[in-house]
Amino acid sequence: MNSEIPPAAGAVDRLIQELNRLPGVGPKSAQRLAYHLLRASDEQTKMLADAILSVKQKTKLCSTCFNITDTDPCPICRNQQRDLTKVCVVEQPQDILALEHTKSYNGLYHVLHGAISPTEGIGTNDIRINELMERLKGSSVTEVILATNPTLEGEQTAMYLNKLITPLGIRVTRLARGLPFGTELEYADDVTLTRAIEGRQEF
Amino acid sequence: MPKPRTYQTEAIIIKKTKLGEAGRILTLYTPHLGKIQAVAKGVRRPRSKMAGHLELLTHSQIALARGRNIDTITGTQTINGFLPLKSDLELSACALYATELVNQFAADDVEDYPVFQLLLVTLQRLSQRENSDLVLRYFELQLLNAVGYRPQLEQCVACRKPLKETTNAFCPGAGGMLCSSCRPTQPFAYPLSWEAQKALRLLQGGDYESVSRMTLTPELSHQLEVVIRNYIRYLLERDLKSAAWLDALKAQSGQANLSPTAPT
Repeated sequence: MNSEIPPAAGAVDRLIQELNRLPGVGPKSAQRLAYHLLRASDEQTKMLADAILSVKQKTKLCSTCFNITDTDPCPICRNQQRDLTKVCVVEQPQDILALEHTKSYNGLYHVLHGAISPTEGIGTNDIRINELMERLKGSSVTEVILATNPTLEGEQTAMYLNKLITPLGIRVTRLARGLPFGTELEYADDVTLTRAIEGRQEF
Repeated sequence: MPKPRTYQTEAIIIKKTKLGEAGRILTLYTPHLGKIQAVAKGVRRPRSKMAGHLELLTHSQIALARGRNIDTITGTQTINGFLPLKSDLELSACALYATELVNQFAADDVEDYPVFQLLLVTLQRLSQRENSDLVLRYFELQLLNAVGYRPQLEQCVACRKPLKETTNAFCPGAGGMLCSSCRPTQPFAYPLSWEAQKALRLLQGGDYESVSRMTLTPELSHQLEVVIRNYIRYLLERDLKSAAWLDALKAQSGQANLSPTAPT
């Protein structure tokens, strides 16, 4: 349809292509962003470019918990106020943000960077399970909280970890699976409802 | 007559990939529409009303709205959640293997009711904790029957003579058994005991009642797994990803210390 329109200047074209690769950014959004940047002040664009560069250069993975951090060990692992006997295992760094936001957990974390997914070929060596096991051996940890997602992949990962960790004599717990706040019972699925009934608590 | 804008179908969820902020693209296996893909919007949000009904290995009733490229799921209700599959590591690995196999062999939008039925009963049998090796071997051979790759086990594929009751060779490339005199003509074939041949015929026969009464020694069970796995690998020209996971779990639980290897 608009194949007759000549392409934009080379540099703009390149920016559009790069933006287009970002998740959730289609060709039209990429175009809009690129032209916005073209019109923005020098200072603004420089700040954006700096931020993008430093996110790759200045961040690393914490050598203990594999969270993304500026300093190694990360602020959570370094914090002496936290409960060193508990480790909460999550799939991705964003999950830590969600859990920290609740302010109801004061232990340490471990980021797996994925979940076991047989159909996508993600096995036990593709995520940081070995590192977790190394960390637990001979440590003062007395409880591991499995906070992988309640999806099939997350459940499989949790079941697998349970099998590995239980023999070490460490207590293994799983986040409760039940009804989310603000939903209606009518729409709940069988798996969730079954677990909600099994995991019911004294009022 | 134009197709209606919305429609309903039963389906088993066999694959999912993420889409955008909170959506997923699901691959569904349906009784009358075959393998279809559909978008489920917002199912990665915790308050999604549909998420639990659209997890892998779930048999659900699904309402869809037609889209230009891909249909959108508008409502869903679980028929069978197969809870035992989801709370057992080995069983869910077996079930994922079965669904990956169906996904690989099925073409898009081609109705194949027997395959749907086969997948459904296989998931049911697995969740009833029947012998998972037998259930999977039966599933594999029945699936091969249904999709047109039934291996020839009764007669030699080269000379067409009935096979003698002795060790013969299975040749994936020729799609069946070779007798001892024809075997040298084919480079890739490996020997199969008469015991194993009988077991394969019974599995292929389609009578699950008798299959479920079979008892396999670990060696025989492993031999069958290897021969079928290699045949499937030849047909698909690739390894099944979930098979590697199945093997890893088995090796760990010590059921099998030998992992299936390619024929030499």
